[in-house]
Amino acid sequence: MNRLRSWARTLLLYELWIGLAVTLRNFFRPEVTVQYPEEKTPQSFRYRGLHALRRYPNGEERCIACKLCEAVCPALAITIESGIGEDGTRRTTRYDIDLFKCIYCGFCEEACPVDAIVETRIHEYHMETPGENIMTKDKLLAIGDRFEAMIAADKAADAKYR
Amino acid sequence: MNRFIPDFVLEWWAGLPAAVQSVTVSTTQILVVTVAIILTVAFATYFERKVIGYMQGRLGPNRVGPRGLAQPFADVIKLLIKEVIVPQQSNRFLFLIAPLLALVPALATWAVIPLSENFVIADIDAGLLYVLSLTSMGVYGIILAGWAANSKYAFLGAMRSAAQIVAYEIAMGFALVGVLMAAGSLNLGEIVRAQAGGVSEWFVWPLLPLFVVYFVSAVAETNRAPFDVAEGESEIVAGFHVEYSGVAFAIFFLAEYANMVLISALTAVFFFGGWGSLLEGWTFLGDSWLREPSFFWLAAKIAFFMFAYFWFRATFPRYRYDQIMRLGWKVFIPVTLVWIAVEGVMAWMKVGPWAP
Repeated sequence: MNRLRSWARTLLLYELWIGLAVTLRNFFRPEVTVQYPEEKTPQSFRYRGLHALRRYPNGEERCIACKLCEAVCPALAITIESGIGEDGTRRTTRYDIDLFKCIYCGFCEEACPVDAIVETRIHEYHMETPGENIMTKDKLLAIGDRFEAMIAADKAADAKYR
Repeated sequence: MNRFIPDFVLEWWAGLPAAVQSVTVSTTQILVVTVAIILTVAFATYFERKVIGYMQGRLGPNRVGPRGLAQPFADVIKLLIKEVIVPQQSNRFLFLIAPLLALVPALATWAVIPLSENFVIADIDAGLLYVLSLTSMGVYGIILAGWAANSKYAFLGAMRSAAQIVAYEIAMGFALVGVLMAAGSLNLGEIVRAQAGGVSEWFVWPLLPLFVVYFVSAVAETNRAPFDVAEGESEIVAGFHVEYSGVAFAIFFLAEYANMVLISALTAVFFFGGWGSLLEGWTFLGDSWLREPSFFWLAAKIAFFMFAYFWFRATFPRYRYDQIMRLGWKVFIPVTLVWIAVEGVMAWMKVGPWAP
């Protein structure tokens, strides 16, 4: 009986029809494509993207050159040189993050005692000339200044879980 | 139509010798049909990507032009501006002529296909024979391409492809002999007229296994999935056309899709009533043009079979090469041989639709 059934199935191409029906059914189903860049997938406020150096509300930069971020970075992407700042306090003279070395793990953000270095959720950026991958202190401060509202909101939303 | 042409043109036309008139008319017909086929082929590449995309739960190309409709033009322009690299040790003449040998039979076969009741470029009484001969000529292009590329992999791909095509040619030929017996004529227009009278008169019903054999063999002939082992990227890179780039590759590409459109048209003509209407029995439509046979119905059937080609590509995994050979020689040819024998007896005893 089984042999008869399998012979009939082979002759009448039964399995082939089942397969064709599957694809035809999927032909009429709505597509799941997200049309980037017009539509975007949902993004968490915790997303670890481009770095930024933050300031206090009164304008003073938060970073005190403690070099904890440089020490904890698993990819050795951060390079720091410290010196005396304009107002006599301990400041960095050089703060470079190499975006090609960075693995975007967020350890620097977690290690920083003053919440100076953070990872924003900006992931749409590009480099056009060689050398743009090294984010210097002025670039990082500029990003921090530009997106402070978004950064503050994201970190406040995450604060009770850290 | 004659109202729109000014009188002096009509007089000049009537003054031409008959030979010049017929040559001009033929040339114009050929040009119109060829341009139509090439446009069809271009949009077939677009629709293939869209249809397979939708079956896979994604959108096909939709960025170039409105809804992606300019995609084939972008593809063509890209291929045209690429450099045609001719391998140094290859036979240059054969290398450049092989794509043409693949394309020209695909286009030339359209001369005998009846596009509507009144329009066929060449109404010859040996139409079926012409079709079979030209589809066999396509193998030359493939063998020459593999040989002239002077690459082991291209040569192997070409040999495999040629063997596959030859095997399925025989099955196709025998399937068409069955159609020939049922229609009683080699003239394609006659074959379509033998199926006149609505859906119940089509040859697909009495000759259903022959239709299945014919269509599957045709898919194998054109090296399309699931029989595309010769150009399966994972196996032998691009098969016999691995060394081709630019315009030469574009012509192979064109030839493959032109063959697909041709086979769709032939399937419609041989088994599905050609330009006959699908809705002839729907009398409630009254005098609607939908019930009249016309080129629209042939186009609709061609579109359906092209969809079937894309559907097969999206659905079935690739056959292994020895499975392809076994299917061609050990399954299809015996099936068609038995059918022809049985049908011969039926035709002799004048039983029903199997007899002309």
